[in-house]
Formats: sequence, C-alpha cells, structure tokens
Amino acid sequence: MNSKTLLYIAKRILLAIFTVWVVITVTFFVMHAVPGGPFVGEKAVSPEAQKVMEAKFGLDKPLFEQYVTYLGDVLHFDFGPSLKQRGLEVIDIITDGMKTSLVLGVIAAFTSALVGIVLGAIAALRRNKLVDRIIMIVTTAFVSMPSFIMGSILLLLFSTTWHLVPANADTPAGLILPIITLALYPMAYITRLTRSSMLDVLGQDYIRTARAKGVSGPKIIFGHALKNSLIPVLTYFGPMLAYIVTGSLVVEKIFSVPGIGSAFVSSITKRDYPLIMGTTIFLAVLIVVMNLITDILYKVVDPRINLE
Amino acid sequence: MQKKHFTFHVDLDAFTPASDEEKEYLVQMRPSSTFFRDGVKRLLKNKVAFVSFIFIVVITLSSIFIPMFWPYSYDDMLGNRPGEPADMSYNNLRPFEYSRTEQALMDEGEDVMPHIFGTDAQGRDYFIRVIYGTRISLAVGFFASIIVLVIGTLVGAISGYFGGKVDLIIMRLVDIIYSLPDMLMVILLSAVLRLTLDPVIEHTPLAAVGSNIISLFIVFALLYWVSMSRLIRGQILSLREQEYVLSARATGAKGGWIIRKHLIPNCISVVIISAALQIPSAIFTESYLSFLGLGVDAPMPSLGSLANDALNGLATYPYRLIFPAVIISLIVLSLNLFGDGLRDAFDPKLNN
Repeated sequence: MNSKTLLYIAKRILLAIFTVWVVITVTFFVMHAVPGGPFVGEKAVSPEAQKVMEAKFGLDKPLFEQYVTYLGDVLHFDFGPSLKQRGLEVIDIITDGMKTSLVLGVIAAFTSALVGIVLGAIAALRRNKLVDRIIMIVTTAFVSMPSFIMGSILLLLFSTTWHLVPANADTPAGLILPIITLALYPMAYITRLTRSSMLDVLGQDYIRTARAKGVSGPKIIFGHALKNSLIPVLTYFGPMLAYIVTGSLVVEKIFSVPGIGSAFVSSITKRDYPLIMGTTIFLAVLIVVMNLITDILYKVVDPRINLE
Repeated sequence: MQKKHFTFHVDLDAFTPASDEEKEYLVQMRPSSTFFRDGVKRLLKNKVAFVSFIFIVVITLSSIFIPMFWPYSYDDMLGNRPGEPADMSYNNLRPFEYSRTEQALMDEGEDVMPHIFGTDAQGRDYFIRVIYGTRISLAVGFFASIIVLVIGTLVGAISGYFGGKVDLIIMRLVDIIYSLPDMLMVILLSAVLRLTLDPVIEHTPLAAVGSNIISLFIVFALLYWVSMSRLIRGQILSLREQEYVLSARATGAKGGWIIRKHLIPNCISVVIISAALQIPSAIFTESYLSFLGLGVDAPMPSLGSLANDALNGLATYPYRLIFPAVIISLIVLSLNLFGDGLRDAFDPKLNN
C-alpha cells in the first residue's frame, strides 16, 4: 500500500463520517419539521400534560440545544424511548430486530453471491449456448421484478397454494421464503456481473498467453480468470447490502418476520418518531460503513483502479 | 507529350473537364443518412427493443384512453348509490361475475359491462383500478425522470462549464448525496413531507395530485439528480477536449456552431438514454413506497398500493395480486429493455 492509497482511504473515511453526520442532521430536522413536533400523538392531550411531556423529552429547550443533545445521545447509541411501545428503548427494539434480520441478510447475501458467481461463470463459458440464454432470460426477469412482487408471488405459490412452507416466520422453515426473496435480485445481478466481467477477462492477452502455453481449460478458469473477474463483483458488495436492507423492509412486512424492517415499517404507520429516527440512522450507518469497506477493499485488491 | 520531371510545368491533363463517366463517381446514390436515422434503423433491427417499445406504447395509450369511455370509475363504489339501499353483492365479485342488481338488469335484456377483473372489497371495478394504477405509475415515472433530467443537466452543465471552485463545491455536494442511503432517505422524507405539505397545498390545484405524490417528486428532485449531473459533467469535460472540437475551432467555427453541431449531438443521446432508464427506476421507487403505504393517497390506486391491498385477501383472491404484479414487472422489464436498445442504437461510442 503506497501513500496515495492511504490518502485515498483517509479521504474516504472522512467522507463516510461526514455522510453519517448529514444523515443524523437531516433526520433530526426533518422530524422536527413535522407539524406539532415529533412527540404529538393523534389523541388530544390537555395543555398541561403536553407541557409535562415536552419537559420530559427536553422539547421546551431551543431547537439547536435539542439537536446538540440528540447528537451526543446518538453517539452513545441512545435513541431515546419508543413512543408507542411503552417502556421500551429504541435501541432495544433495534438490537432485538437485528437478531432476526442479520441472520436473514447474511444468509441471503452469501447464497446470492455463491449462486450468482457460479451461474455467471457457467453462462460466460457457455456463451451464446442454450444454458447461457436461459440464465440470461431468467436473470433479466428477476432483475425487473420488484422485491415486494417477488415476495408476494412466492408467498402465494409456496405457502398459500401449495402449503410447502409456513406463511409466517415463527419457525426456521418460515425464514426460507424471505431469504429466497431477498437473495433472488442480488443473485441475478451478480450472475450478470460475473458473466460480463468473465467474458471481458477471457479476452485478455494473459489468458491467450496461458492458452498458448497449453494450460488446461479448467486451470485457466480457476487459476487465471476467476480471481480477476471477481473484482467488479466485489464492488457490488456495498450496493447489495443496501438492497438487502431496503428489501428487508418489504420482505419482512410480507412474511411478518419480527425483524428490524417490520419494526421500521410499523413505526412509520404508527408515527413512532423516535423509532423512525433511530432505525433510519442505524440502517444508514450500516450501509455507509459497508460502502466504505467495499471501496477500500476495491482499492486494495486492484491498485490499478483510479477511484478519483 | 513527354513528361518533364523536375520542372514546374503543370500537367495540363489534370485540368481537362471531367468526362461524364468520371462525374458518375460524385453522384449521390442515395441520400446521406443522418445520425438520428441511423439510430432508428439500428433500433428497428433490435427485435427485443422493438417489441418492448410496442408494449410500452400500447400500455400507455390504453392507460390514457380506456378510463375515458369505461363505464366504471376507479373510486366508484358500485354498491353505494345515493338514494338506493346499499347492494353488498357488488363487493368482492370474481372476474366476469355480476351483482344482483346487474343480474336483474341483464334479465330485462339490458347490456351490462362485465367486470373483467371482478371488483374489490368495496365494490369498485378492479379492471379500471388496475388501468388507473398503471396510469399513475407511468405518470409518476415519466415526470420524475423529467425532473431528474432538468435538474441533473442544469447542475452538470454548470459544473462542467464553469469548472474551478464551482465545480469543486458541486461535486462535493454530489459525493455526499451519492453516499446517502437513498431509499431510507426517501422513506423518511416522504413519511414526513406529506404531513408538512398537507396544510400548505390545501385549496390549491395541487391538492388534487395529493401530498404523497408531490412529496415523491420533491424527494426525486432532491436526491436523484446526482448521477445524471455527474454524467453530464463528465460528458462536457471530455467533449470539450475532443480533437474534432479543436479542429472546428481551428477552422474558425464559432462557439454557437460548436455547441450545436458537436457538443449537443454527442451529448444528447447519453442524456436521453439515461433519462429513459430513469423512468423504470422511478416507477420502482413509487411502487415500493406505495407498497409500504407511503405512496399515492387513497382512493387513488397505483400498482404498488394495489399489490399491497391484495396481500390481505391473498388466499381467496390471488388474481388481485397477479394483475398489478404482472403489469408492473412487464412495464419495468420492457422499459429497461427498450432503454438498453436505445443505448445500443444511439450511443456513438458503442457503434462499430
């Protein structure tokens, strides 16, 4: 690693920190732009009770002071109490939901990467043959189908019609469909990515040299081509995570998975503002950090790439 | 005449008038093709893109014109006619079923328009709701991409043209917006904006559009222009340095000519293609938000909210999910395929 790479990494980390700060600030001020402030319920409350509530949550202080306090709290992972789920802290709801969502997301990510790379390599090797055509048609269809449509149709087929798996996610078997739903889009995307970059690599001079030296076919693929053609796939790591996070919102809603996604969605409909703020910031930080790791990895793996 | 080398005598043969045979070479055999015509020809050859285009045209026209003459409307609860007792038999009709009132009318020999897709739980004709939802989704996608196009082009052009500090500041801003998790920000903004917007747009023509759709447009205007402006900036920066621009300048071309003849034709295809590819992504976002309950206001349907509503009765009325699901997937797919076809046909750098 030379000094230029280190400088790039330092710059990238600074941008990530700045982005997180922007997210927190935007979330805070957007929430306080809600008419009546974030802590007003639908039920009419007497002015005295309102005052007590505001004092309790520090809402009677100037906005900027509230902002500084909130910023300090967020740094300690303190997002305040939930409005609608009495006695629960937002951070507890988040960690609780993450237990399920993390399992879902990690399995989906690994499955899609594994299947996608294998399918992509097969498609590239059998270019313009029947297998390639079928893989490309199927992945094109998957890429065009919104996750909520995919999830609903899977639910309809496998659980409502054929009763193969339970419709709700109380048991591990109930997690199969949500994982498949989450994994299909990234899988299709990775397949296409691997295929095109594999084709690109197979046209390179060093592959031709290897072939001319008499290296066997499989050895070219696994020894020479695969590693280099996986670099573009690596860059998809960050966007894939962002997709899985946002996808999990609808997927958890469809399959009623008790994860962070369904907590977020129900907090929106219930207008549980501290929970909305906390979850947004938490998920945003997750995505920003993952994008940061992806970018740095990319730079480290392939120093030829100029990211500026 | 013997040719004398090393003299300055001019070869007179070179100055004889051209024979008719020689003139033939200069005759235009066919009119020269323009860039646009070339592209259209290539596009027509691309069967996938062509079929997608036909599909888009058909679905757009039918979403515009069918509601004009269809006897039912999207928010008309057929069982609740003023002055008549509520007829519950209108609710939850299966495709091509009729309610009691309609059955009685038909027995008297009157023509009743069948409910092709049945009716929903509130007795509204489902076919016209799906058509209307398609119209909403297409319109949102179209206008959102125009917003993105205008803002992105403007900012990108300013950034690329002025360069220096302006460019630096704009590009840092773009970097930050780019690294924001867009979907989360969209959800957050649309969850809050509609509450703020409702009192503002009350009693204005905008109220008819609904605060949710307006907040969707605002979100697009705030967040989604960045990739477009990056693209335009890159285009302008690289085009400015091209040799043909230099040679045009060297032969005395004025700025206006260079912009009209060289910069715009080379830039416009990239802009249009990325705007075309923006439409499906906007439709995607709108349906996603509608599915979460953050999209269009009820009773207005969009394909996403129809799919969301269909989840409740999935076991009994699966077709209510299938119709909007198939249409939205086909629209997104064909717009993507058509956009790819446009890129293949019109991007001069990809031409062989």
